[in-house]
Amino acid sequence: MSTTTTAHEEKTGPAHALRSFFRGREIPVAGALIALVIVTSVINPRFLSPQSAKDLMLNATIVIILAVGQALVIITRNVDLSIGSILGLVAFGTGTMFNAFPGVPIPVVFVLGMVFGAVLGTINGLLVTSAKVPALVITLGTMYIYRGILSSWAGSKQYFSGDNPPEFGALSVDVFLGIPIISIVAIVVVIAVGFFMHSVRSGRDLYAIGSDPDAARLFGIAVSRRVIAAFLASGALTGLAGVLYTSRYNSVGANTGYGLELDVVAAVVVGGVAIAGGTGTVYGAAIGAILLSTITGALTATRVDKFWQQAIVGVLILSAILVDRIVSIRSAKKLRVSEARDV
Amino acid sequence: MATDTHSGSSLASPVSAGTTEASALSLTGASKTFGPVIALADGTIDIRPGEIHALVGENGAGKSTLVKILAGLYVPDGGDFRVAGEQVAFKTPADSKAAGISVIYQEPTLFPDLTVAENIFIGRQPTGRGGLINRGEMRRAARELFETLGVPIDPNRIAEGLSIADQQIIEIAKAISLDARVLVMDEPTAALSGVEVERLFGVARALRDKGAGILFISHRFEEVFALCDRITVMRDGKYIGVHKTADVTVPEIVKEMVGRELGALFPKEAAEVGETVLSVSGLTRAGVFSNISFDVRAGEIVALSGLVGAGRTEVARAIFGVDRYDSGSVSILGNPLKAHSPRSAIAAGIGFVPEDRRKQGLVMELSVAKNATLTLRNSLARFGLISGKRELRAAEDWSKRLQVKTASQDYAVSTMSGGNQQKVVLAKWLATEPKLLIVDEPTRGIDVGTKSEVHRLLSDLAGRGIAIIMISSELPEVLGMADRIFVMHEGHISAEIARDEATAELVMHAATAATTPEPTKGAVR
Amino acid sequence: MSETLTGSVVKVRSAWSRRLTGHDAIILYALVAVVIIAMSSVNYFASTLTVGFLLIQVIPILLLAMPMALVIITEEIDLSVASTAGLTSAVMGVLWRDSGWDISVVMIVSVLIGVACGIFNGVLITVVGLPSLAVTIGTLALFRGLALVVIGDQKVANFPKELNTFVLSKIGSTGIPVVMIFVVLIIAIFAVVLHFTPFGRGLYALGYSKEAASFVGIRVGLAKFWLFVVTGGVAGLVGVFLTLRLASAGPDNGTGMELSVIAAVLLGGVSIFGGKGSIPGVVGGVLLIGTLTYALRLAKVPETALIIVTGGLLVISVVAPSVMGWINEKIRLSRVHKSVQGQSVPGSTHA
Repeated sequence: MSTTTTAHEEKTGPAHALRSFFRGREIPVAGALIALVIVTSVINPRFLSPQSAKDLMLNATIVIILAVGQALVIITRNVDLSIGSILGLVAFGTGTMFNAFPGVPIPVVFVLGMVFGAVLGTINGLLVTSAKVPALVITLGTMYIYRGILSSWAGSKQYFSGDNPPEFGALSVDVFLGIPIISIVAIVVVIAVGFFMHSVRSGRDLYAIGSDPDAARLFGIAVSRRVIAAFLASGALTGLAGVLYTSRYNSVGANTGYGLELDVVAAVVVGGVAIAGGTGTVYGAAIGAILLSTITGALTATRVDKFWQQAIVGVLILSAILVDRIVSIRSAKKLRVSEARDV
Repeated sequence: MATDTHSGSSLASPVSAGTTEASALSLTGASKTFGPVIALADGTIDIRPGEIHALVGENGAGKSTLVKILAGLYVPDGGDFRVAGEQVAFKTPADSKAAGISVIYQEPTLFPDLTVAENIFIGRQPTGRGGLINRGEMRRAARELFETLGVPIDPNRIAEGLSIADQQIIEIAKAISLDARVLVMDEPTAALSGVEVERLFGVARALRDKGAGILFISHRFEEVFALCDRITVMRDGKYIGVHKTADVTVPEIVKEMVGRELGALFPKEAAEVGETVLSVSGLTRAGVFSNISFDVRAGEIVALSGLVGAGRTEVARAIFGVDRYDSGSVSILGNPLKAHSPRSAIAAGIGFVPEDRRKQGLVMELSVAKNATLTLRNSLARFGLISGKRELRAAEDWSKRLQVKTASQDYAVSTMSGGNQQKVVLAKWLATEPKLLIVDEPTRGIDVGTKSEVHRLLSDLAGRGIAIIMISSELPEVLGMADRIFVMHEGHISAEIARDEATAELVMHAATAATTPEPTKGAVR
Repeated sequence: MSETLTGSVVKVRSAWSRRLTGHDAIILYALVAVVIIAMSSVNYFASTLTVGFLLIQVIPILLLAMPMALVIITEEIDLSVASTAGLTSAVMGVLWRDSGWDISVVMIVSVLIGVACGIFNGVLITVVGLPSLAVTIGTLALFRGLALVVIGDQKVANFPKELNTFVLSKIGSTGIPVVMIFVVLIIAIFAVVLHFTPFGRGLYALGYSKEAASFVGIRVGLAKFWLFVVTGGVAGLVGVFLTLRLASAGPDNGTGMELSVIAAVLLGGVSIFGGKGSIPGVVGGVLLIGTLTYALRLAKVPETALIIVTGGLLVISVVAPSVMGWINEKIRLSRVHKSVQGQSVPGSTHA
C-alpha cells in the first residue's frame, strides 16, 4: 500500500454512466433472458406468438412476485424457505373463503390473503431476530410447521377453479393492453418495491443490514425492526401470490406450493442478488424469475425433454454464483494492482 | 428543494477552547460488571470542548469498557454521566450519536457494498420531494465534507477495498456531519503509516480548533505527548489521575499506569551466535516485495523494521508459507523449504506468532488447553489417536513455564487479557521446539508489564540458540532487542544496521528513504 | 495484577458435572423419556418388530448425519445430499436394467456416482471458492434434474430378491437389522476421527477460525474438500440402500431427506455457526426424531402432525439455547448486582 493518500478522482459523465450500467448486476441475467428468447424463437417461431407470450407472462407472474419478496429478505442476509408453505396456506385459504362465503368481494379476499401471509412472515421474522439463529434454519423449521398445518387443514380436500367466482378466474385470462391483469399486478409490485429500495431510507437500511449487520447495529439502524419488516413484506407478497395462484391454476390442496422455495431462491440468485446480502435489486430478481419460468416454456417449444428443466435450473444457479465470483476476483485484482507499488 | 442535511462542519459549542466552563463530556464514578467480572469500578473522565484528551492505561485497565459506555453500547451500572452539562442515560448507540458523541474504532466499520456518500449518510440521507432520497444533494454534501478535511475521496465509489486510513477519514467525515461534540478515537494509529498518522493528527487538530473535544486512546506515548493537551490515567478499572501534558513526563505516567517503578524495558542479553538457520534469497512477489535476501543465525534476534505497508509482514508470511511468492528461495539449515505450505514450514522448525492475535494467532472460542496444543496435535497422537488428558498435561506444562494466568485451562481464551493471550500464542509455538521463531508485532496492544516479560522471554530464547525474526513498528523495542536491523521501504530492504551502530535517525532515514535524516517528530515509528 | 476472574465467585464445574448436564445428555434424557412413554402408552411399540422397522427407517438419516455433522462443524453446509442419493438410485436403476452388469458392479459404480457428486461440490467450494450454501442449492437442483434425465419418470423394480431380503433381515430374534452392524461401524469411524484424531481437532479449529487454523498448518481447503467427497460417497451408499430397501429405483427416492438430516444434526447439538458438536449428540438427535415420529405414527397420529413435530423440534433446538442464555444472563446480573453494589474490588478487570 502506498504511503501517500490515494487520491480518488470522481468519475462522472455519460461515458461513465453507460459503463456502470453495463457493469450492473442485472445485465448478465437480462442478457441470458434475451439470448434464450432469441434462440428459442429462431428454433420455433411460434414461441413469440401472442398466445404463447401471454402464457409466458402468466407463468412468470407468481414467481416474479415471490422473487421480489424473497429478494427483500435475501438482501438483509437472510432467507425464507417457508414461502412455498405460506403460498399453499393462503391459496387453500382463498379457496376455502370462496367456498364458505360465495359472495365475498374479491378485494377483501386479496387483503385477507396478504394479511395472512404477512402474519406468517412476521412469525419468521420474530423468530429470526429474537433467537439470533440463521434464518436458513428457522425457516426450514417453519416450512415444515406451516406445511403440516396446511396438510392437516386440507386433508385430501381440493378446491377447483370452478368453485371460485368466474370474475376471479377471469383475472388470469383477461388482458389489458395485451397484458394479463395479474401480470400487471406483478409489474406494479416490481416497480413499487424497486423504487422503495432505491429511494426510501428504510429501503437503503436493508442494504446496510445485509452488507454488515454489526456495523448497522452499531450505527443505530433498527436492525431487528427492519428485518421483521422485510419478512413481513415478503410474507404479504407471498400471500398476494397465493391468492393469484388460486386464480390462475386449476386446483389448490395440501401440496400446493411444495418445493417452490427452491425455484424462487434460484431466481433471486440468478438475478444478481448476492446470497450474502447487501447487493442486487428486485429488478434483477424479477428478471431472474422471468428467465426461470421462460425456460419451461422454451423447453416445450424446442421439443427438448422437459426432464431437463430441473437440471438447467441447477446449472443456472451455479453459473450465476460463478460469474459473480469471477467478477469480484477480477475487481479485487484490479484494486490490488492499482494500489500496489512499483516494486 | 427542501433538504434536511447536516453537512458542512457546524461543530460543537460556542465555548472557547481551554476554559473550565461546561465540559463537553463528563463521566464520574461509572461502574460495569459482567457476571463475576468487574470490568470497570471507577470510570471517570472529563473532556472539555476544544481539547485533545488522552486516555492511557494498561490492558485490563478498563479503557475499552469506558469507551463502550460513552458509545452507548453498555449501560453503566452506576455513576454520573453528563454531556454538555446535561445528565444522559444512553440505551443504544443511536442515543449516544444523537447526543453528539462519535466513536472511531481501530478497525472502522463501513458498509462495503454501499457507496462512500451513502456510508456517511445512511439512515439520514438528504431527502427531497415526497421524502425520497436526493442523491445529488447527498453527493454534494459528501464532497463538501471531504473538502473541509482536505482529503479527496470519490463519494460515488463503493466502500469495499478502501485503505484503513481512508476509511477512518470517512468515519471522521461522518462524525462531522453528525455535529459531533466529542470524537473518541480508539487506537486509531495502529494500522497507519507515518504520513497517514500526520494526516490524521492534522485533522484532529483542526477539529479541536473548531471547538470539538477529542478523546484519544493509545499505547504510544510519543503520539500522546505530541498531540494531546491532557492525559487521564486508568489502572485496574479505576481512575487514577489527570494531568496537563506539559506538566508531566513519560516515566511519571508509566508509574501511575503500572503502580510500580519499571526497570529497563527491553533487556536483551548477549547470546552466542551459531550457524545460519534461515536463508532467504531473492524473494519476490509482484507488487508487494522484491529481491528480499537475508540470513538469520541461531541466537540472533533480527528485526524487520520500516513503516506500515513496507511489506514486512508480507515477507514473513511468504517465508512461513501462508502467502505465495513469485520467485526466490527460502532454506532452513541448508535445506530448501517448500513454498506456500505452513505445514512444511512447521515441520522444518519454524514458528509464527502473527500480527492479529484474535483472528490469526488464536481460536478465541476454544479453551486455553486446546489452543496451546493445537500445534502439537500430530505429535501428541499415538497410533493416530489423541487423548484429552495428554493434551491437558502438555498445556499445563507450557502455561506454567510462561506464567499464563488463568483460573483454568478449560476456559476460552477470549476471557483473557491481551497479554495473557499473547503468552498462549507463544506457548503454542514454543511447544513445537522451533529453530526459527517469527514474531510479528509481539507486544502490540499489550500492557507495559507483560511487554517486559515477553521481551525477557525472547531474549531467553535467543540465548538458548533459537533464531528470531521480530517485526516491530516500535523503534525503542527494535533498538533495544535487535542484534541486526533490516529496514524495509516500499517492498525492498533499504538498509542493514548492526546493533552498535543503530540509532533512531538511521532507521527512520532508511524507512522513509529520505535524502537527509528527518528530525524525529511526534509520530515516531 | 490478576487477569481473569474474581477467584471466589467462580466455581469450575467438574468435567463430569458438565457432561451430565450438557446438550448431549439432554438429548439422551429426552430419548429415554420418549421411549419409556411410548412403551407404556402406545400399542405395539414395545416389540422387537418396532426396533426393526424403526432402525430400517432411520438408517439413511443416520448415515447422512455423520458426514453432515462434520461439514456443519467446519461452518459449511451440504443441501444436495438427498439429490445425490436420488441420482445414485436413478443410475443404479438404469444400469441394472440396461447394462447387463453384475449387481455388485452396478452397486459399486452407483456409489462412485455419489463420490463424483461430492467431488463436484468440493471443487466448486474449495477450489473455486464459492459459498457452500449457494453451490449446494444449485447442485440440489442439478443432481435431482440429472436423475430425472437419466431415468425419466419410470421406475426400475426387478432387483435381485435376495438383496432386498438381506437388507431387511434381522439379527436372530432381536429385531435389529443386520445392516446395523455396518452402520454402527461407520458411526464409530466418524466418532473416532472427529473426537480422537489430529484431523478432528483441526476440524473444530477450522470451524471457529479458518485463519487461525491455516496458521497452525491445517490445510483448510483440502480438509473441506475431503469432507464433501465423503459426504457424496455416503449419499451414494444411502441411494443404493434405499433402492434395495424399497426394491425400486426412481428419480424421487429420498426427496426432502436433506432437511430431516439437518434438523437431526442441529437438534443433536451441532452449532450452525461451526466449531461445536459431537457424534454421540448427533446420533441422539437422529434417534430422538426417528423414535418420536415412529411412536406417533404408531399411535395413529396423522402424518401431517408429524411434520409439524419435526419442524417444531428443529425450531426449539435452535431457539432454546438463545433463550436459555438470555435467562441465565438476567439471573446472573441480578444476583451480582445485589452482591457487588457499592464494592470496589481491585483486580479482575476487563478492558
